[in-house]
Amino acid sequence: MSFGEFLLVAVLALPALGALAVAAIPRDLPARVAGTVAAGLTLVAALALAVDRSGSWTAYAVTPPAVRPWHALDLPWVPGLELRFHLGVDGISWPLVVLTALLTLLCCGYTCWRVPPGGSGRALVALLLVVEVGILGTFLALDLVLFFLFFEIVLLPMYAIIVGWGGDGTDPAAVAARRRAARKFALYTLFGSVLLLVGVYVVVAAAGTADIVALTGGNGLARGTQLAAFTLLAVAFAVKSPLWPLHSWLPDAHTQAPTVGSVLLAGVLLKMGTYGLIRVAVGVAPEGARWAAPVLGVLAVAAILIGSLVCLAQTELKRLIAYSSVGHMGFVLLGIATLTATGIQAALIGNVAHGIITGLLFFLAGAIKDRTHTGALRELSGLRETAPRLSGLLAFAAVASLGLPGLAGFWGEAFAVVAAVEVGGALWITLAVLAAFGGALTAAYLLRLLRQVTHGTATPAVAELKPGLAGAEVAAWTPLVLLALAVGLAPTLVLGVAEAPVTALVEVLR
Amino acid sequence: MSTTTLLGALLPVVPLVAGLVGLLLPPAARGATTDRDTSRRAAIALGVAGAAGALVLAVALLVTLDAPAESSTTWIRFGELTVTLGVRLDGAAALVAVAVAAVALAVQVYSVGYLTRGPHDDTDVDHRYPPYAAQISLFTAAMLLVVVSGDLIMLLVGWEVMGICSYLLIAHDRWLPQAPAAAQKAFLVTRVGDVGFLLGIALLGVSAGSFRIADVLAHDHGTGTLTAAGLLLLAGVAGKSAQFPLHTWLPDAMAGPTPISALIHAATMVAAGVYAITRLWPLFEATPTVLAVLGVMASVTLLLGAFAATAQDDIKRVLAWSTVSQLGYMTGALAVGSPPAALFHLLTHAAFKALLFLAAGVVIHAVGTAAMSRMGGLRHSMPVTFWCMLIGLGALAGLPPLSGFWSKEGVLAAAEGAALHGDGPAPAWVGWLVWLAGLVGVAVTAWYATRLLLRTFFGAPRTPLTHPHDPPALLRWPVLALTVPAALLGLAGFPGWFASQLQRTTPSDAEGVSDLMPPDGLIHLTPTVLLPLALLLLGAGLAWAGWRRDTAADPAAALGPLRPVFAGAFRLDDVQHTLVVRPTTALARAARVADERVVDGAVTGTGRGAGALGGGLAALHRSALPRAVVAVLAGALLIALAATLIGAM
Repeated sequence: MSFGEFLLVAVLALPALGALAVAAIPRDLPARVAGTVAAGLTLVAALALAVDRSGSWTAYAVTPPAVRPWHALDLPWVPGLELRFHLGVDGISWPLVVLTALLTLLCCGYTCWRVPPGGSGRALVALLLVVEVGILGTFLALDLVLFFLFFEIVLLPMYAIIVGWGGDGTDPAAVAARRRAARKFALYTLFGSVLLLVGVYVVVAAAGTADIVALTGGNGLARGTQLAAFTLLAVAFAVKSPLWPLHSWLPDAHTQAPTVGSVLLAGVLLKMGTYGLIRVAVGVAPEGARWAAPVLGVLAVAAILIGSLVCLAQTELKRLIAYSSVGHMGFVLLGIATLTATGIQAALIGNVAHGIITGLLFFLAGAIKDRTHTGALRELSGLRETAPRLSGLLAFAAVASLGLPGLAGFWGEAFAVVAAVEVGGALWITLAVLAAFGGALTAAYLLRLLRQVTHGTATPAVAELKPGLAGAEVAAWTPLVLLALAVGLAPTLVLGVAEAPVTALVEVLR
Repeated sequence: MSTTTLLGALLPVVPLVAGLVGLLLPPAARGATTDRDTSRRAAIALGVAGAAGALVLAVALLVTLDAPAESSTTWIRFGELTVTLGVRLDGAAALVAVAVAAVALAVQVYSVGYLTRGPHDDTDVDHRYPPYAAQISLFTAAMLLVVVSGDLIMLLVGWEVMGICSYLLIAHDRWLPQAPAAAQKAFLVTRVGDVGFLLGIALLGVSAGSFRIADVLAHDHGTGTLTAAGLLLLAGVAGKSAQFPLHTWLPDAMAGPTPISALIHAATMVAAGVYAITRLWPLFEATPTVLAVLGVMASVTLLLGAFAATAQDDIKRVLAWSTVSQLGYMTGALAVGSPPAALFHLLTHAAFKALLFLAAGVVIHAVGTAAMSRMGGLRHSMPVTFWCMLIGLGALAGLPPLSGFWSKEGVLAAAEGAALHGDGPAPAWVGWLVWLAGLVGVAVTAWYATRLLLRTFFGAPRTPLTHPHDPPALLRWPVLALTVPAALLGLAGFPGWFASQLQRTTPSDAEGVSDLMPPDGLIHLTPTVLLPLALLLLGAGLAWAGWRRDTAADPAAALGPLRPVFAGAFRLDDVQHTLVVRPTTALARAARVADERVVDGAVTGTGRGAGALGGGLAALHRSALPRAVVAVLAGALLIALAATLIGAM
């Protein structure tokens, strides 16, 4: 077993073993610390994946495959059903793998310091690690059936996190609200999963293989099959991403989830949808993608505009940030819909930037709600008077989220617009113009948020605040702040590795 | 990378580092006094050091730059499109950089004195001074980035970071209830313009395959692309440089502290739009349509700003509207095809307008109000301020030999040439429009400048209880330093080193004909110079005559029924509110309701429907024994029937 193969296994095994260890350690705090250590080791392994990335593909093949993993592990798993345990990492998946490992580590570390009321911290950390296994597996799987399995692993632990630790208060109404939100999340995404399963089997039955490397480029799939497969897969991923109008599970789930749950949900869970769209739907059924691209583009722009408008009328902090994800993911989906190298690269960096920035925003919103016990915007005002640090960080995150050039959010949004201009034609130019106006609306709602929360005179809820931040908070937020700045100044951190695989993918789309 | 380009690259980096470090300083402890506040002192040191370092670098750049220089490296590639990280330096860039760094330094020093609250104010010291100074440093870095940037995306980075710094600084004052709204308005209005700016950049970049300015200028764009991109870029310029119809944010931005108004909303950021056009001048020169639109925009802005300035009572708002009007002169010069005239006016305006704002800040500090109706007679108690203000207002009105006279004359001469001889790239009617608007503007500017002077410094004091006095050294020296360029910079427009720096061609067309010709001065004294001089005397004389009749009354009373219209700036704010803000908020509310009731309603409805269906079926299955027996028998009968029928076929 080569070092690369070992790392691939380690990235999945470490959080899984960590979850078991957490479950086995009876005392609460040591268990949480053990879980955090496991998450930290996972991050190290994930980072190490980029070392020695010569790859196992041969450059001398007549037609090199469109997916050329740096490291791959291909083992027979259920020979009777021709299922293979096929993992691999390349420049498209690696940034997301690292982001997942980082956010899980930050969430586990945050949980060492503060456990949301509702259940034991031990169980929460274990569930976070299980979620991590599912998400990482989704990003690493190079076999469609394996991909589907990992895609599904995430669902139930996340449901448990929302029901167990979510909401605020223990009165029956609050309990019912978070049960309802979690149920909606689980059932809605299960509906997407059914389509995903059907789509996967349409592809596997028609092509006779589930190997993503072999399937990418639509080799051997008839046009009709591709159209059907793309429709099924795209709707499935659209639910997860989420794409308007299939988004309505998201605001409730985010609002009710505990801080760490929201961070993972927004930070990486949504990316499973956009990643799947790029890797599976577009890769496996390129003809279907070309056929559906205009519809996808129109829906993406609708998501940008409607998401932003709804945010402009929102009155609750976490709900506003949740809806902002609809708009931001709209930019990502617009980038994918252009099916150009520019657009897909924009989508990749948009994915990562949204994970960093929205993760930070949810951490901050959680901190504000924990301190003031309210999320209603009209009960929050004058934060900069009593908590200048928190208010400054909120301003930074909001400014990053509105896509300020020089910070991470800019590249994905601006270049999704540029990609649409690049495609040309009346439809795509119109979409570019509307998306750019969506950028102005994004600024409008985030500035409205800042004006409401940070400026003005302090409301009673805010006046009680202490100015300081806890050490764990600083430790959890600093990496995100630095990354938002670093990715903004050096986008090549994310895209440097992605250029080659994206070019290879776009080659087969032509 | 040569020494010159290294200097250019370091120029934004130095204040950036000062700004980022400054943001990390802890806020001052509440209740701490000014002299025992270490984080305030560190913030002052960082801010002043950042601006001074930038000034030294800018001057060094100006001295060492003997030919246009360019250096770049790939920043990131998006598919076929290359984004570069690089500088593009020429004489104009170096001069603007010196102006930016000099005003920034003056403002950093001035702010130390301006943003203190003594014990008699019953409030503690401004505990948010560290972020304030850091944001000025960040702003300086962003503006310098725009000045030296060799790539359109880099330029956009600086462009928007300036916007956010402007936003943060306008909202700085926690005692002003209108400040947050003004800040939000400033950012959003410019952001709407930036929608066009981004799309224009996208069009040019996609057409050229690169965002490097040199590549974009060298590429042969189609006429349609060029016109569309030019018009889109103009939207961004209109937002940043407060041109009609996106000018509405600038007067409200006066809610920011006065030094901020001087730096951002008068001397530098608002000039960025003008500067951006000069950077991309070959593209604009090739599209007369775009220049015609710019000419109309400039003329409307010029007159709108001038008339609105006549009726304001707030001293800062007079200056703000005069900025709008002077920006109209600059864009007008561009519309008639004279970037050097625009840059010359940009530089003199930076000097005299920064001076005017800082001097106005001194007055506001001394009197405790910005309303001119409560000032008057300050000439005796504040002589230094009076003389500084006099020089600034003279330069603004265009009184020879102060700087504004020469640069405004340059703009008018260019417009005259375009009108009478068809010199400019745009049609001759654009020249006529800009020239006539410019001439009317001269008279109106002289009128409101005289009014401001008379209302503030002459006549009897209208708030006799206060005892105004000239400012302490920290406020006085920046003001005095700025009077020098405000008075003398115009003389640099005669043929010589300065003029050749502004007229120097950029690297892309270094082989062009213009390089072979000897550099021309920026000043063209012709007999028609008497025309603006006569108009100047007319305007100033009218204001003085009106004031003579009753020294206590406002000369603006002479405007009669027009006065409220001018004071409300033709009610364009209301128009904007009715046409844009209210529909958008209504749409937002509608979108939210529709999203919750219709889109989510369908989902929850499906869930509820499925639940009800399940419940119904469950109820059927829970029926009592007789009905269940009947159902089973009926089912058996049906199956038997079906089997018989199928078997019989």
